[in-house]
Amino acid sequence: MTRFQKAIQLLLNYSTVVLFLVVLVTFGLLSPKFLTLGNITNILIQSSSLTILAIGMTFVLLTAGIDLSVGSIMFVVGVISGKLVVIGLPIWWAIPLVLVIGLLFGLVNAFFIFKLKIVPFIVTLATFYVGRGLGLYISETRAINLPESFLQIGSSKLLGLPMPIVILLLVLIIGHFVLSSTQFGRQVYAVGNDMAKARKAGVPVKKILLTVYLICGLCAAISSLVALAQLGAVSPTFGYQNEFMAIAAAVLGGTSLFGGKGNILPGTLIGALLIQSIQNGLVIINVNPYIYPVITGTVIFLIVMIDSLRHKSVQKALRTKTTI
Amino acid sequence: MLLQLKNIKKSFGKVEVLKGITFSLDEGMILGLIGENGAGKSTMMNLLGGIFPPTAGEMFLNGETYLPNSPIAAQSKGVAFIHQELNLFPNLSIAENLFINQFPKKRFFGVSRIDKKTINVKAKELLGQVGLTMDPNKKVEELSPAPRQLVEIAKALGANPKIIIFDEPTTSLSHHEAKKLFELIKKLKAQGIAMIYISHNLDDVLKLVDSVAILRDGELVRMDEKKSFDIQTMVKEMVGREMLEFFPGRMKKIGKKVLEVENLTAKGFIKDVTFHIKKQEVVGFYGLVGAGRSEMVRVLYGLDRFDSGSIVWKGELIDKTNPVLSIQRGIAFLTEDRIEEGLLTRMNIQKNAQLAALGHFTKGLLHRINRFEAKEKVKEKVYATKTKYENLTEQLVSTLSGGNQQKIVLAKWLLTDPELLILDEPTKGIDIGAKREIYGLINNLVENGSSVLMISSELEELMGLCDRIIVMSKGKITASFDKSQFERNTILEVALHKQTAIL
Repeated sequence: MTRFQKAIQLLLNYSTVVLFLVVLVTFGLLSPKFLTLGNITNILIQSSSLTILAIGMTFVLLTAGIDLSVGSIMFVVGVISGKLVVIGLPIWWAIPLVLVIGLLFGLVNAFFIFKLKIVPFIVTLATFYVGRGLGLYISETRAINLPESFLQIGSSKLLGLPMPIVILLLVLIIGHFVLSSTQFGRQVYAVGNDMAKARKAGVPVKKILLTVYLICGLCAAISSLVALAQLGAVSPTFGYQNEFMAIAAAVLGGTSLFGGKGNILPGTLIGALLIQSIQNGLVIINVNPYIYPVITGTVIFLIVMIDSLRHKSVQKALRTKTTI
Repeated sequence: MLLQLKNIKKSFGKVEVLKGITFSLDEGMILGLIGENGAGKSTMMNLLGGIFPPTAGEMFLNGETYLPNSPIAAQSKGVAFIHQELNLFPNLSIAENLFINQFPKKRFFGVSRIDKKTINVKAKELLGQVGLTMDPNKKVEELSPAPRQLVEIAKALGANPKIIIFDEPTTSLSHHEAKKLFELIKKLKAQGIAMIYISHNLDDVLKLVDSVAILRDGELVRMDEKKSFDIQTMVKEMVGREMLEFFPGRMKKIGKKVLEVENLTAKGFIKDVTFHIKKQEVVGFYGLVGAGRSEMVRVLYGLDRFDSGSIVWKGELIDKTNPVLSIQRGIAFLTEDRIEEGLLTRMNIQKNAQLAALGHFTKGLLHRINRFEAKEKVKEKVYATKTKYENLTEQLVSTLSGGNQQKIVLAKWLLTDPELLILDEPTKGIDIGAKREIYGLINNLVENGSSVLMISSELEELMGLCDRIIVMSKGKITASFDKSQFERNTILEVALHKQTAIL
């Protein structure tokens, strides 16, 4: 490999960090308000829901799968927990109940994927519509206003840290530990690299697929609750298109759509922070809100392109290794 | 007696691949297993490795019945299998690959986690046994083929095997690396581990093993101590039949050059390949797996790009190739892997057979397909190939036997009326009857004015069919033989024997 190729490889490998710095510096120059402690805390709180969602997504992507249903899971979880609390069920009863709903969605996805051998894209596209429809049916397409107690959880603090950040840290640490330090975590990478080989090596492929979709569903439910505690209401568009943000965050953080590559810490965390920083920065410098999707779309395009370039250069490097 | 096979039979559908194999293996013994492609070597090893069970017969390991139902079961009984295609995860570290299913763990506040220290120590120990000194935390993707192979062996050793099966372990190794591997194999032998060594490289087999077993058409034709064999006798036993009667003759009237290839180079795959093919000529390409033959024809057909050199097709310099252009030019390509590349296995026979020639059956501005014509033409061709089938439009190709599937792929290309038909291992895994019919079809095509470029690992097949045989090794053409010069041993020698000397 020449020095130039090495530099490109390095740039591709750390593309997210580079992009993140570029975004921070650019918005910092455009507005003095952007790089203040208050705003940075704000970005962290705002990004907590997306990061948790993206952590679950990372598990699925690592097995070369995809879960398009997470936004809909968020919506269903939001609607049901809202209804339950409005009816008068204590919040501490509602929370475990809706976490189970997240797990159920994961179970359904996993069942169709590994039992009936339908590709994840199609299965989760179906549950994406089913979830959205269920939510709209239960909520009668009306927004649900949550009681004050919900918002209080969102603004409470633990050890001086805002609650959403505490939950984010917990999920982040557990997720990272599972992926990097347990047999299950390492087998996730093996399955993502080559399912047939993994089966041959005796890795319990089915169990691993089941578990990653369960994790993804659970994370979607947690993510939903964290977002609700900040918003205080469930609108009919709650969670809408969040699946794409989550995939974008994970891939931006270096997780490959081809499976087997990526991590949560620092990867997915930085990816999610990057997306949230862009949104936050755009608001601060007062860009026309209709432009947001254009910019987000451009960033997603960039990410996918970088991932594809990275994949290509890795393949090329491998190819030259077996040169005659 | 460590391992014993008694009258082992294996059938896939109606085809009997193993017809009653009986042999035994002692501790610390190396058995060389040789035979042509399709002789049943891999089937036999897959039985031992737990990939699938035998149809009949008994296997004993250390006197106990041995019937593994998975590779893991085989491994835990002490039978390890090093496949030609290594089963490693390049995205994980060496240590993680070694312990993917039994990571040493430790508990920390009741939470079980991977014990990284123990892994490192154990991994170093295992790597030491195969003579590797590298850091076990290194990712496998950073390793070149030779150390990867050693990691795979180390992985096998981790399960304390009694028997190790090697399937073509040297194909991706250099001469020096292969020598080191042989030293390791001898060391393992001294530890009492028995090994089965499968290879097409007969020199290696003679150097390494204690006994040789020769499989032919699913039968063990001879098993004896090494000293009673030399290359000639091994080759003779492998082939075992007179070819003259087996290959139908054809009328010869070779014309002028249709394809001229000069200094064709695709970096990393082929280098300075120069040859030509004349009208109504059959040119065979022989060489070991990985010699660059398939890669070369993929470039010719336009599936892969080339870096330099020139291709002249019927007097015209071709600067751009892709499959669409190739089909328009009259070049057809029957790929080696009919399931993965040659067929749409979930579609019916008709749809598969008409696919490449679909343009011939269209008419009008909108290129509407004339289904009636397509059906008639396909029927005609499928009849000509003597394919056995039930229903053209209802039956999925996946329900056909291997030989009949291959005939459908062949029919697909014959329907395009190719001027040059490229065949990559056209008779791989096909029974003898179907083989002969395919030879007849090839001859027919050539007599009607087409040319054929044929890759095969069965030398006898090339000698029986071709007007010329070109030998490739490590991406280069190393020799060319005209029909009058065909001599099995000379060609084999160039391909197998000298392949390391060329380096």
